[in-house]
Order: sequence, then C-alpha cells, then structure tokens
Amino acid sequence: MAQGQLSIGANSLLKPAVVAAPPARVGLFESEAWQAFVTGIWADNPIFRQILGICSALAVTNKANNTLAMGLALTFVTGFSCLLVSLLRTITPRRVRMVTQILIIAVFVIIVDLFLKAYFFGISKEIGPFVGLIITNCLIMGRCENFASNNKPMISLLDGIGCGLGYAFLLMCVAVVREPLGTGKLFNISILGSGWTEWGIMVAPPGAFFVLGVFIWIMRGLSKDLK
Amino acid sequence: MGEVNPFIILIAAIFTNNILLANFLGMCPFVAISKQIKSAFGMGVAVTFVMTLTATLNWLVYELVLEPYNLEFLKFLVFIIVIAAAVQFVEMVIEKSSPTLYMNLGVFLPLITVNCAILGVSLLMGNREYSFIQSLAFGIGSGIGWWMAIMAMAGLRHRIQFSNVPKALQDPGITMLIAGVMAMAFQGFAGIVNI
Repeated sequence: MAQGQLSIGANSLLKPAVVAAPPARVGLFESEAWQAFVTGIWADNPIFRQILGICSALAVTNKANNTLAMGLALTFVTGFSCLLVSLLRTITPRRVRMVTQILIIAVFVIIVDLFLKAYFFGISKEIGPFVGLIITNCLIMGRCENFASNNKPMISLLDGIGCGLGYAFLLMCVAVVREPLGTGKLFNISILGSGWTEWGIMVAPPGAFFVLGVFIWIMRGLSKDLK
Repeated sequence: MGEVNPFIILIAAIFTNNILLANFLGMCPFVAISKQIKSAFGMGVAVTFVMTLTATLNWLVYELVLEPYNLEFLKFLVFIIVIAAAVQFVEMVIEKSSPTLYMNLGVFLPLITVNCAILGVSLLMGNREYSFIQSLAFGIGSGIGWWMAIMAMAGLRHRIQFSNVPKALQDPGITMLIAGVMAMAFQGFAGIVNI
C-alpha cells in the first residue's frame, strides 16, 4: 500500500521515459541503444528538460574541478545502477522496487565515495556531503524507475550513462561560467589576468541560481519542440 | 564544534545557512511543489517534522551503532534506510491517528524519502560533529528554514502568474531567478550568527 503510494508520488514528479522503438537491424547510429544514449544527453536532458537533480548542480559548480568529479561520479552511479536495476527487474517484487533501487544506488555511491577519498582526497573533502547526496538525486531514481525497470540491461546502461553525461555537460556549462567570473580562474589556472575584478556573487549561492536560471532559459528557448 | 550554543545553530540554520538557499538542498520539490501556497505549506510541515525526527534518529544510529563498530562507510546506506523507515512509520501513525491531517499531508510524505534536504541534514551534522542537542536544533532549524523558503517562493509564484514572463523562462527558469534574488536577500543575514 505505502510502497504503491511512494511510486505514484515519485512518478508524478517525473516525465515518462521515451518508449524505445521496436528493434530492427540498423546501424549503430540508428540503433535503439544509441537513441537511448542520445535522448539522455539532449532531448531528455535531466536538468533543463526535466528539472531533476539540480541540488548538486548548484552546489558543486563553483569550481570546475569539483564539477568534473561530480559529473563523472554521477555518470558512473547512474549507469551502473540502471544496469543492476535492469538485471534484477524480473525478480524484484513490485512492492519493494523503490527501496531496492535506493539501496542499489546507495551501494554505488559508497563505491564512488571511497574511490574519491582514496585517490582525490582534496576534491572529496570539498564536495564532501554532496557525494552522499547522489543517492537522493531524483535523476537516478527517475531513470531507474522509468527506464531501467522495463528495459534490457545494455540499453539501460547506455541510457543511464547518456543521462549522466547530459547532466555532467550542463554542470560543466554552469561551472565554466561561474568559476572564471567569480575567481578569474578555470580549473584553478588563472585565465582572465590580474586586471579582472572578481564577481564574488558568482561563486556565492545566488550566482548559482542566476546562472542556472539563465541556462534553462537559453536551452528552452533553443528547443523549438517545447510545448 | 562542541561549544556552539544549540540556539545559535537553530537561528543560523533558519537564516544564515538556510538549507535551501545556501546549501541548495531540497531543490526538486522546491521547484515542483511551490506552485500553490497550500501544497507548499503541507510539504513544509511534513519536511520539518521528518527532518527533526531523522536528524535525531540518525545521530543515535551513527553514535551508538556505526562508530563503535567502525562501520562509518555504511552511513549512506544506513541513513537512507532510517529515513525511509521513519517516513513510512510517520505515514502509518498519521493515517491511524488523524485522517484529516493524512488527507492533507498524505501525498507529500512518501516524496520526502527522496528529498535530498533530509539526507543532507543527516550528512552535514555528521561532518560538523554536532552533539545530540545541536543535531536536534540543526534538524528543526533546517526544517523551518526550508519551510519558510518554499512558502515565500509559493507566494511569489502566485503573484507572478499575472506577469508576462517570456515563454522559455516560465516555471523552472523564473523560479531559479527568483531563488537567486531570495538567496541574495538571505545573505543579508550573514554576520548575525555563524556556524
């Protein structure tokens, strides 16, 4: 009962996934898997189309280094969670599938967290709690629930990676605006010279909202097919 | 962090370090549910309640179970289970004890499990090494802060319905820009207290 409500509640936040066309023998760029991959990057881009997972989009984008780490971490988690959810889709009881998905995601997030702590301690320290928050990033739950739970494993993996990369791409777009304007640097390398007056607001919280708002505006303006 | 007064943490969590406007947590429901004042209110109440509950529960679990057995790396998994269980429990209690409240909050409760502000509070208080009372204050303060922010946003969006917003900027875009202005306003509180 309660599980059913959970899924209904979460679904109402998400747009339905694109239903894959019936399989046919076609080249790589027209194949179903490729479509799923590209759809994730552009047509169904999680941030500006579906407005999912913006918490971390705002929080980690004040430095390009951290943003890159976050984007890759998220792509990894999304891809492999979708793969595992898809592999288990036939044996997961309907009632507990949301919980199963959250636990699967949490396991991959722990892997990423330990990896960052071991090899990139500086970055891990700076984005600290936001790595853990990948678990509740609704983007991943959305993909698992809407796509991976009714599709074959390989397609789900590609769809997950596509969505993750689409997310990482937008994160980077925000970061390459915020970091130079706020600090005059990009990837910690000074690019705007010493004469640049730093816009402190860009690396502070309000800057994140403004830049993302303008991005959503531009992206939505460019997509003609938007209703 | 042992010496900070819990009351200061409470105030700081509401104003200077607002969970939404300074830490960007709980953005998804913030954008999705701030269209109507009534639903924003319901969500705010539910979040505040669950946040306080889970902050204290997770503190206890972390200090009494995870740390003594060196299982800190499992905290993500354990925290999310505690949150899911708490939400489920609260839902059952409200359903049994107050059907009217359940009717009003019912839709919002399950959504809270995936609200990153809830998990965020549990993770942040661990990072800052709060004591039990401090965590309680932090949970309540963050909840109220989030509640206040979503109510303010719902009010603003209600007014903006009558404005001529460019088509591509409607809904999420304009919400972001308003949130930016709100974040600037809240930055004005900085310096009153600090955590």
